[in-house]
Amino acid sequence: MIFAGIDIGSRTIELVVVDDAGDIKVELQADTGFDPIDEAKKLLDGVRYDRIMATGYGRNLFEISFDAPTVTEIKAHARGARAFFPDARTVLDIGGQDSKAISLFENGRVRKFEMNDRCAAGTGKFLEIMAKTLGYDIEGFGREALIAEKDVNISSMCTVFAESEVTSLIAKGKDRREIARGLHTSVIRRAVGMINRVSSEGDIVFTGGVAKNPCLAELLADKLGRTVRVPENPQFIGALGAALLSAEGK
Amino acid sequence: MSEDYRSMWTDLGLDLEAHDALLDVLGKAYRDIYLAQENRPEGMGYFDFVMSEVHGLRIKELMDEKAAGRKIIGSYCVFVPEELVLAANATLVGLCSGADFATEDVETLLPRNTCALIKSSFGFKIGKVCPYLESADMVVGENTCDGKKKAYETLNDLVDNLYVMDLPQVKSENGKALLRAEYNRFKDALEKLTGVPITAASLKEAIRTVNAKRAALHRLSSLRKADPAPLSGLDALLANQVFFYDNPARFTESVNKICDELEQRIEDKKGAFPERTPRILLSGCPQAVPNWKLPMIVETAGAVIVGEESCVGERGTRNLTSEAGETLDEMLDAIVDRYFQVDCAIFTPNPERLDHIRQMVEEYKADGVIHYGLQFCQPYLMEAIPVEKALEEKEIPCLRIETDYTMEDVGQLKTRVEAFIEQLR
Repeated sequence: MIFAGIDIGSRTIELVVVDDAGDIKVELQADTGFDPIDEAKKLLDGVRYDRIMATGYGRNLFEISFDAPTVTEIKAHARGARAFFPDARTVLDIGGQDSKAISLFENGRVRKFEMNDRCAAGTGKFLEIMAKTLGYDIEGFGREALIAEKDVNISSMCTVFAESEVTSLIAKGKDRREIARGLHTSVIRRAVGMINRVSSEGDIVFTGGVAKNPCLAELLADKLGRTVRVPENPQFIGALGAALLSAEGK
Repeated sequence: MSEDYRSMWTDLGLDLEAHDALLDVLGKAYRDIYLAQENRPEGMGYFDFVMSEVHGLRIKELMDEKAAGRKIIGSYCVFVPEELVLAANATLVGLCSGADFATEDVETLLPRNTCALIKSSFGFKIGKVCPYLESADMVVGENTCDGKKKAYETLNDLVDNLYVMDLPQVKSENGKALLRAEYNRFKDALEKLTGVPITAASLKEAIRTVNAKRAALHRLSSLRKADPAPLSGLDALLANQVFFYDNPARFTESVNKICDELEQRIEDKKGAFPERTPRILLSGCPQAVPNWKLPMIVETAGAVIVGEESCVGERGTRNLTSEAGETLDEMLDAIVDRYFQVDCAIFTPNPERLDHIRQMVEEYKADGVIHYGLQFCQPYLMEAIPVEKALEEKEIPCLRIETDYTMEDVGQLKTRVEAFIEQLR
């Protein structure tokens, strides 16, 4: 049997297909756009699978259109992280518009989680807008921040306030890389708070598209004094988790 | 809606257009949330009717009572003793505070970071859409949280019949003496308003009436211990909400009637949800009509709420008043004894509340606790953290929610609640 998992996020949609052994056969990604279901249909076009499970904020829309079971991002990321790191006990997922810290029992079940509230502060969207304000593309933003020797303190977590704070720092002639690093630090400060509320020790598995940013992973490890492990293609972990949960009949 | 009510609403000074809009929203929410539920007991038909007439027939009844010389007392808190109100030949009603209304106008009088419940109570006054408030001969405010007690200073400019009751914040002998003194003062104020002296006989009768109403809810609650749960949490919450509006004797009879039906359902193993549905205890801030947001999210996500540790729930209704007293003083003492046990988060310290949460988890066989906190409600949000910690030490999963009356966070709340339910399965 072939199992698919689809993660319909606020910014992007990921599709992962696995076989009976749990080996990844297909990994596809598209922008969510205006009509997530239409985008999902396009992504699924020509992809063969026997069962599919949906996760992400658009999971309920998918459930209605495709009559498919759903799972929350929390459980999906927990399961997906375990596929790469079978002993994972703490997972941090930062996606397009939300972030969550999850602690797991030894057997992989979710023990406790924290999730940001209605505001998208400290998520991919925040970083995207800040990168733009500083004139970086999203890859260059993390890379350049990593090179900076120190960071400029950014006090606002709100995207709107932080944007004007950054604009005034630029006007003051502050170093662009240092501002970038300061913005990364502010995201990490928030993530550290969430992680500390759910788990106090052990390695962290960092998932979601934002985990591709090398500066964040490094800052996270520094601030927590814990090892941070990033799976290959972290943006697919939610979809992978859904595919594996589908295979397990959960 | 009949013309009969429209003239009544006009006489009460309601803004008909705004009031129509409110009833539309309320009616739609009720259909989508309540009438869409499956496997409801027939007895809920009574509560459906009460809700459909909540601003109609019930107000007409109050108007008829007023015409017959009875006074109407409005309240925002479970510390206002209904026993004294009834004994003074008056009727107690809960005042509207469960939906956002005229928020922009409210925020000219109150800071934006005031909890939704307080803002709502102002919104209903400023928007002229609460017939209970407008028909009240006395509006009772009470010094519970800082938000409410300061807001009453401003409300005093909006209503001409506000009476403010002081309340203790510590469960000490002094605190109890304060409550006793305040209940005495309230008794005098009621007698002055109604012209009816409270006697030992009338108070005894009132204690019995209110006890019967609470006992009916106790019976209803205990039936929710069954698996499958015979009644949804939404429906149980509704009964707890109607408790504040309805005629006491009719309410008692209707709740007991539904209890008879639920007993039969339990015997037939018939539930509002299937057996082994994850069971949730809701704990925290009160949920006034039509604040059904969180229970709706929980019960459409595949769990059932089996108890409410809330003022609109067991915190407000548990414990009966002793009926042993014979003299007025003895009965007043018994009333103070009963109300002084309410473990509202305004008390410091407040360990009894945590004990009660733990006790409810055990009795109602809850798999987890969702702590419901209204944004900016300091007392409950502050208590939420130690409550969560204490529950988790006992390996009882707990999810802390902080929200308001708007619908903008429903998507995120759904994800959190669903993930919490996955955790319990």
